Amino acid sequence: MIYRILNLLFFFLATMEAYGQGAVNSIEMADKFRQDGKIYVVVATVMLILAGLFAFLIWLERRIENLEQKQK
Amino acid sequence: MPKLSWWKFLTIAIMFYVAWMGFMGKVPRLPILNETVRNLYFHVPMWFGMILIFLASAWYSIQYLRTGNLDHDVRAGTHAEIGIVFGLLGITTGMVWARFTWGEYWSNDPKQNASAVGLMIYMGYLLLRGSVSSVRDRARIASVYNIFAFAVLIPLIYILPRYTDSLHPGNGGNPGFNPYDQARHMRPVFYPAVLGWTLVGFWLANLLVRYKIIKNNYLSQ
Repeated sequence: MIYRILNLLFFFLATMEAYGQGAVNSIEMADKFRQDGKIYVVVATVMLILAGLFAFLIWLERRIENLEQKQK
Repeated sequence: MPKLSWWKFLTIAIMFYVAWMGFMGKVPRLPILNETVRNLYFHVPMWFGMILIFLASAWYSIQYLRTGNLDHDVRAGTHAEIGIVFGLLGITTGMVWARFTWGEYWSNDPKQNASAVGLMIYMGYLLLRGSVSSVRDRARIASVYNIFAFAVLIPLIYILPRYTDSLHPGNGGNPGFNPYDQARHMRPVFYPAVLGWTLVGFWLANLLVRYKIIKNNYLSQ
């Protein structure tokens, strides 16, 4: 008897899990985009832009530092 | 290579981490939001950054009133300018996000309206600075205005929208970003993102302050 109840419980929980998964997976995300692997291109682009921006900020740092030195 | 303070290296490191994890990190599957939930790393830090930079601005205004050192007034004004830049970026990125999740760029949401009013208060601060020609008068009047502006901004964008119904997460009575609560793997990206973007703001303000102080020294020679 107890095995039957446990069995029932097990299958009940197993299907619950499956239903939950189905509901979650039906929400659209950029899965295909990621499978293709080309998301790296976007990340690389953003990182290059960041690198350029920080290079510019450091260049500004240098110019301002020079002026500060001159004024002393 | 100029000498960089330690926190500027930290800024660079954090921002590259955020740029990587912002796109590649795991995010929860949520209806309506879908992948746009990643805006949490880019749109939301604009507002956190703005508030922290405005806080610094108010702090420098208090320091000016206490010491009478005009450099503090320059710092207060510059941080307000950078804070407004962050606020404008926050409001425009918010509009883009709203278009695809709430349906409209601008739906007269209490959070949107209050943010717009808050930014106008700060634009009034810049207008006030530009309209007083005496340096000392300007510094004193603007400092007092700036402290009041910050005191008004907090209830305006963080407290009042919570009393009404708002589409914006964390409003309409429930604090915190509840839709993201299940996203424990978003937090290790979100908090660094807030810190990183805020530090970018402070870096910009730092450069602008130094430029203005050099200019003022030059003009007063």
